Amino acid sequence: MILTRRKQAEQAMDIALQSQIGEEERFGDLMRRMARENKTAVISFFIIILMILAAAAAPLLTPYGENEMDLMHRLSAPSAEHLLGTDEGGRDVLTRLLYGARVSLLIGVVPALLSLILGAVLGVIAGYRGGIADAVIMRLADVTLAFPSMLLAMVIMYALGGGILNVFLTLTLVNWANVSRVVRAQTLQLKNSEFAEAARITGVSGGKIMRRHILPNCLPTLLVLFTLNIPASILTESSLSFLGLGIQPPNASWGLMINTGRQYLYNAPWLCFAPGAAIMLTVLGFNFLGNGLLDVLDPRQKKQ
Amino acid sequence: MDTKTLEIRNLTVSIPTDRGVIKPVNDVSLEVPAGSIVGIVGESGCGKSMTARAVMGLIRYPGKVTGGSVFLDGREITAMPERERRKLRGAEMSMIFQEPMTSLNPVIRAGKQVAEAVRLHTDCSREEAKARTIAMFREVEIPEAEARYSCYPHELSGGLRQRVMIAMAMICKPKLLIADEPTTALDVTVEAQILALLERLRDAGTSVLIISHNLGVIARICDYVYVMYTGRIVEQAETSVIFEKPEHPYTRGLFRAVTSLREGRDPLETIPGQVPKLRHLPEGCSFSLRCGECTEQCGTILPELAETEPGHRVRCHRTGKGGAA
Repeated sequence: MILTRRKQAEQAMDIALQSQIGEEERFGDLMRRMARENKTAVISFFIIILMILAAAAAPLLTPYGENEMDLMHRLSAPSAEHLLGTDEGGRDVLTRLLYGARVSLLIGVVPALLSLILGAVLGVIAGYRGGIADAVIMRLADVTLAFPSMLLAMVIMYALGGGILNVFLTLTLVNWANVSRVVRAQTLQLKNSEFAEAARITGVSGGKIMRRHILPNCLPTLLVLFTLNIPASILTESSLSFLGLGIQPPNASWGLMINTGRQYLYNAPWLCFAPGAAIMLTVLGFNFLGNGLLDVLDPRQKKQ
Repeated sequence: MDTKTLEIRNLTVSIPTDRGVIKPVNDVSLEVPAGSIVGIVGESGCGKSMTARAVMGLIRYPGKVTGGSVFLDGREITAMPERERRKLRGAEMSMIFQEPMTSLNPVIRAGKQVAEAVRLHTDCSREEAKARTIAMFREVEIPEAEARYSCYPHELSGGLRQRVMIAMAMICKPKLLIADEPTTALDVTVEAQILALLERLRDAGTSVLIISHNLGVIARICDYVYVMYTGRIVEQAETSVIFEKPEHPYTRGLFRAVTSLREGRDPLETIPGQVPKLRHLPEGCSFSLRCGECTEQCGTILPELAETEPGHRVRCHRTGKGGAA
């Protein structure tokens, strides 16, 4: 009994030692480790991949066109012909969901990524350099945050005009300020850390300290902000579309579908449920994936 | 020993505060001869670390070097533009800190951090930098150097992390290493190993300026000692001299406050009072408020740092040439 327990302890030690003295990891190892430690993250990863593939292969997956109307079958309930039913124009909801995924996934990810990059770069500069750079960047952020984000997005969209590229730009300009504030706060803390000091002592330049030492340490926060920004972007876009400023009907985006479906919530609830579920799945997917990536990418969380 | 690796002349650091300017380093002059280990001792807040930071050029805003000069190997460095100074850091002089737990970037592998320091100051390939790092790891006695190269800092013990820090500081073979309380956070056995390592580095040609409040550390490895109090040097002498006959009442107080196993029951002696606030320094000797041998002039006239015998200087009215009362 005692012997076996001791053996177990030794084995545990061996495993601990092996993981401690690790070799450089490849992408495959990373995925395997994630699979071992966080299964939800892997499932989320595949759901996201699946959605991207479905969006790309939309014309192959459904017999209907994106804007193909069938006024004889308006607002029909889900059936064998129309798996998710039809909307007020008799268009197939599943088809629109697949085509809408193209727009909505892009609108979720691209502005979130752009605002993350812009916010992180400006935030780290403001925090590290201080002085005038800090004052200018942070006042810009204050101005951005002073307006309700919806109002700001509308103003920018009016000025720029419609189109998906302008939606990207608008959402980036609306969301960067939050990111930059968080990153600045972390930078202020990290720039006085002893490892930043140690880097300065070995003669590393300011720019390189920001890139190599400060930004990577902000990564956990950035990943969380990223996953939070995706749903925010999708929803803001839907409101913009609703106001006639974003994606224009009859083209489909998930937000737009929910907004039009709202009017028929009582007699045709599937109009809202389908895109709503799609948004939820996407948002949760990115969230879980973000958490999983955090677990494997942040070496400090690897302890057990 | 006539060449000096480091020479500080009348260095003053000032920090403006809401209630006037304070000077954590006040008119400090010291020398580190080539191939020696020199120590600075003193209580917390007496300006030891500030002196070191001033030498490295890392005084944080709003503090500023407001007087004096620093010579590294005969070159004046305080007036140098920042860009040139940066080239010196790491290559010609470097520094290790008290806290090995937090001095390494937690998200970069230990070996990589050291290798980057190599690539910064020399023109060499990634592989070469890695090889040199591993060689350096062996030199600072890190066991399983190759495996440790790809460890993250949190996977290393405190002693190992301090060794990695030393490896990082030493990899470009600087002329001067400043060690700011290098063993305070480590246990005694590791402390002894690290001190032995510093001695070996000294023998390999690097001069060391060691800052500590641990008199045992100072006694063990220093050739020459400076004692600081409220930003000024109050006594300086060779290690054997200062331990045998400390002259300044503050130095004597420090030595008496060391715990001893032999003395048994006697209560531990301490220096009465506290270090005065830098804002409220007395006009004369800053130690006069706590000194048992204080005379009238001590409170009004600042004593000179006067030589009592060759190589031994004391800032006190009672012993120095400043005049016995």
